[in-house]
Amino acid sequence: MTPDDEVRDAARPPRPVRITPCPDGPLLVRGPVELVGADGETIVPRRRTVALCRCGGTGTPPWCDGTHKVNGFRTGD
Amino acid sequence: MTTQLPSPAPLMARPQSPMPLPTPRGPLSDALLRVLTGAADPAVLHDEVADVLAAPTGSWLEHDDVQLALTCMYELHYRGLDGVDDDWEWQPDVLAARAALERAVEAELRERVTVDVPVDTSAAAVARTLFTLTSSDDGPSMSRWIARRAQREQLEEFVVHRSVYQLKEADPHTWSVPRLGGAPKVALMEIQSDEYGAGDPERAHAALFAQAMRGLDLDDTYGRYVDHVPAITLAHPNVMSMFGLHRRLRGAIVGHLAAFEMTSSVPNRLYGNGMRRLGLGQDVTEYFDEHVEADAVHEQIAGRDMAGRLVEQEPTLGGDVVWGAAVCLALDGMWARYVLDRWEAGEPSLRQPVR
Repeated sequence: MTPDDEVRDAARPPRPVRITPCPDGPLLVRGPVELVGADGETIVPRRRTVALCRCGGTGTPPWCDGTHKVNGFRTGD
Repeated sequence: MTTQLPSPAPLMARPQSPMPLPTPRGPLSDALLRVLTGAADPAVLHDEVADVLAAPTGSWLEHDDVQLALTCMYELHYRGLDGVDDDWEWQPDVLAARAALERAVEAELRERVTVDVPVDTSAAAVARTLFTLTSSDDGPSMSRWIARRAQREQLEEFVVHRSVYQLKEADPHTWSVPRLGGAPKVALMEIQSDEYGAGDPERAHAALFAQAMRGLDLDDTYGRYVDHVPAITLAHPNVMSMFGLHRRLRGAIVGHLAAFEMTSSVPNRLYGNGMRRLGLGQDVTEYFDEHVEADAVHEQIAGRDMAGRLVEQEPTLGGDVVWGAAVCLALDGMWARYVLDRWEAGEPSLRQPVR
């Protein structure tokens, strides 16, 4: 962290992580979140905004792969 | 000791070349290419366009001469055409000819593709409408064919068709950025940032597609295969350019992108599976695998935050947002039908062989 970063961070606290539950779909996660797998290994996201599977059917856990659209997953909202 | 041959520079590290001049497909595209290369007076375009539009046709979307002419006209706004002066981009005769062709194409699309104007214009309702529309699409499935049946030659043909758009992937939708404001603009940019590699030129989707082409020993030169593909393959990117270049159609380009993203993650998984079935490596599958994950994110942003919030801002755009989505499905369906009909008949789907 550079002195400039420290000044900026003091002036402007980081925005909290924002999680959006998408109807009949994944959890959309924006912000500096750290994901840790069951084995304790850090899971490195490949993009700034990620979608976490909520239907259990994904072939690319923990990420959503769109399977909720074909397996009848409903969130009821 | 073996000599290591230098591998070709990745797409983004090379000078960005203009589209090679294509071969004319009729009197209109012939006249246009002569005009653009200084061999004919631009005033001839008026009569050429009038003649082609007066002749009976099944569909402008399948009209080779019209679609190739539009491809060249739109290309003036992207990377340009090899040997053609950039000033032609805003030449009035060329623009007038393009406008006449666009009126014919849009009129056909308005007749061919009809939708219900959404009554509930909340972001959540618009997103729901778009997800329902895209999931109930019963068009022919290119992805299932690729996953289960395609042989190497067909896979190459598929990639050649797609290269016309994918080597400028995301560019037509980017025209709409300054036409939007607030939440929908931020959502569009969140998607486009990913499309353009999020700061890493090698992760740009166009660069990943070029990598897949090289992995199949195909030429990843921009516009290299325009001559090989039929009118219906040119028609979809042409319609995207029309939607993107007209502020009046900003609802349609936003709806188009939403539908494009919503019909991407599941098919791309199948494309990747088909390529693995044929023994192809990660260099080829990476583009398709990336889209499984990326577009599962993008479709959520596109449905609610981009398309939904745009209709909340401008409720009168609701009809065009849904229409643009439906046009995306219709054009994709027409293209898939054309290609699959030929493959099922044991024929190639390209106008000329690649090798």
